[in-house]
Amino acid sequence: MSDYPDMEHKKLQGKLRIKILELHHKANSGHIGCSLSCIDIMISILKFKETEDTFILSKGHAATALYTILNETGEIPDEVMNTFYKNDTTLPAHPAPLKYKAIPFATGSLGHGLPLAVGIAKAKKLKSATGISYVLMSDGETNEGTSWEGGHFAVANKLDNLLVFIDKNRLQGFGNTADILGDTASAKVWEAIGFDVIEVDGHSISAMLEAKKNMIENKNGKPKMIIANTVKGKGIAYMENKMEWHYLPMNEVQYKEAVNKIEIDYDV
Amino acid sequence: MRKHFSAHIEQIIEESDDIVFVTGDLGYNALENLGLKLGDRFINAGVAEQNMVGIAAGMASQGYRVICYSIAPFIVYRCLEQIRNDVCFHNMPVYLIGNGGGYGYGIMGSSHHAIEDIGTLSGLPNMRCFVPAFIEDMKACLDEMFAQRAPAYFRLGLGKNMPDYLALQNFGAATSANAAAQLTIIAQSPVANNVVAALKEHTYKNKVELFIVNKMPLKGLPDGITASITRTQKVLTVEEHISIGGLGSAVSLLVNENSLPVNKFISLHAEGYPTGLYGSQSYHQQISGLDEENISRIINSYF
Repeated sequence: MSDYPDMEHKKLQGKLRIKILELHHKANSGHIGCSLSCIDIMISILKFKETEDTFILSKGHAATALYTILNETGEIPDEVMNTFYKNDTTLPAHPAPLKYKAIPFATGSLGHGLPLAVGIAKAKKLKSATGISYVLMSDGETNEGTSWEGGHFAVANKLDNLLVFIDKNRLQGFGNTADILGDTASAKVWEAIGFDVIEVDGHSISAMLEAKKNMIENKNGKPKMIIANTVKGKGIAYMENKMEWHYLPMNEVQYKEAVNKIEIDYDV
Repeated sequence: MRKHFSAHIEQIIEESDDIVFVTGDLGYNALENLGLKLGDRFINAGVAEQNMVGIAAGMASQGYRVICYSIAPFIVYRCLEQIRNDVCFHNMPVYLIGNGGGYGYGIMGSSHHAIEDIGTLSGLPNMRCFVPAFIEDMKACLDEMFAQRAPAYFRLGLGKNMPDYLALQNFGAATSANAAAQLTIIAQSPVANNVVAALKEHTYKNKVELFIVNKMPLKGLPDGITASITRTQKVLTVEEHISIGGLGSAVSLLVNENSLPVNKFISLHAEGYPTGLYGSQSYHQQISGLDEENISRIINSYF
């Protein structure tokens, strides 16, 4: 029996999904599927974060998920949320630099978040500071060479205060990850270079919290990775596991159908 | 200059505990002392420049001033997006030290040269490029770089001692104002030593005002240079960098924006590899017309 029964988080998971849908609908913008695939991961990190922890969203295209959870935690006010995707906004489609304390680094080009988080973890070690350096990457993103540069550096420097989450939805920009470069987010590969790796259901907050707790407590000098198995577009049948929902905006009918479905399934 | 650089950095580091030195697996016979002094704040990031700059930005976000050291082209081109996005967009105190620069690595070949570095970096937000010419202005540049918590690139060439007739200025160095001057020379990087050599016994030495500009981007013409150009109406720029994005083009734009009356303007700059052949730094300088003899000839053409 987990400390965090999923029922406790269901309403929040649904509420934030509806907020994400609202943002995209008002903006008539894409990147919906990628935000829905990782919103539960972000809840498990940011809703339960300690003050001294840091978080970098390396897959910057899931910015609406980040904005939504930061709105929930009070970092981004409601009136600012209404400016998303508009001129004069601090909330563009990918996070902007130096706007919010909770967004320490702007991202959008893949392969930047891991080295940044590794640097933060290394600095914490040098200063004997506490706190975990979290980073969320996509599985497709691990195609980038910096994954391996940063990964090896983290292992060589014994950064057990680094916790990498992989949003493993098995889809990337123009196809299935398996068909493009193969599974560069495979647990075996990351274990082989020296990470502690756990695979979990990336839509179960309780499973992720438990994995997170185990990882953080294990101060064995090895950097940590939680591979969260997810579904792109999770919660909305017509979007689930469909590559096109990386790019497409919703029409009015699709939007209403999506909101209704979330309201029912997540008991919002 | 590298030994003076290393000694000066050691001195700065001894006075501060917030500096981290990261090398991209380079520094044999130069950085050993520094490594001993810094202990765990001396990090070899391996042959992985993109990650080196990324982790540097991450460490800088936690309060450190981070030096990243490599051969100039390796610290500029491979990791340009990390420099732009992670360091410059966030105004992080990451100091990139590019050893060599220009044709500095000579016969090592074009992979080891950096003749487009200033043009590549100086337009990035918050970036300060330091291109000292002599040992004396190198120290001044280092002090200025460390004084500000903002991105920087430092091109570390092989400079000699500054001649007596130049005095340090906030933009670099300059000869004293000379009412009889008929030519304004503006030079950058250790190739300025070739200008100094050309002027040494030159017939027209006393009719030239020489300025060394060691910081880019050039956001405005220093008053001394404006006054000199207004007086002489003749300009020669000398740099070991391609024309695009370099000193000559910056001076040319500013001269025009300020409507200065110029009737002769020559830019001597790196020409790349026009012959397709390779050699020492002085060989490449000669191919580009940056050698003492050609500089002397060009100066003559103004009189």
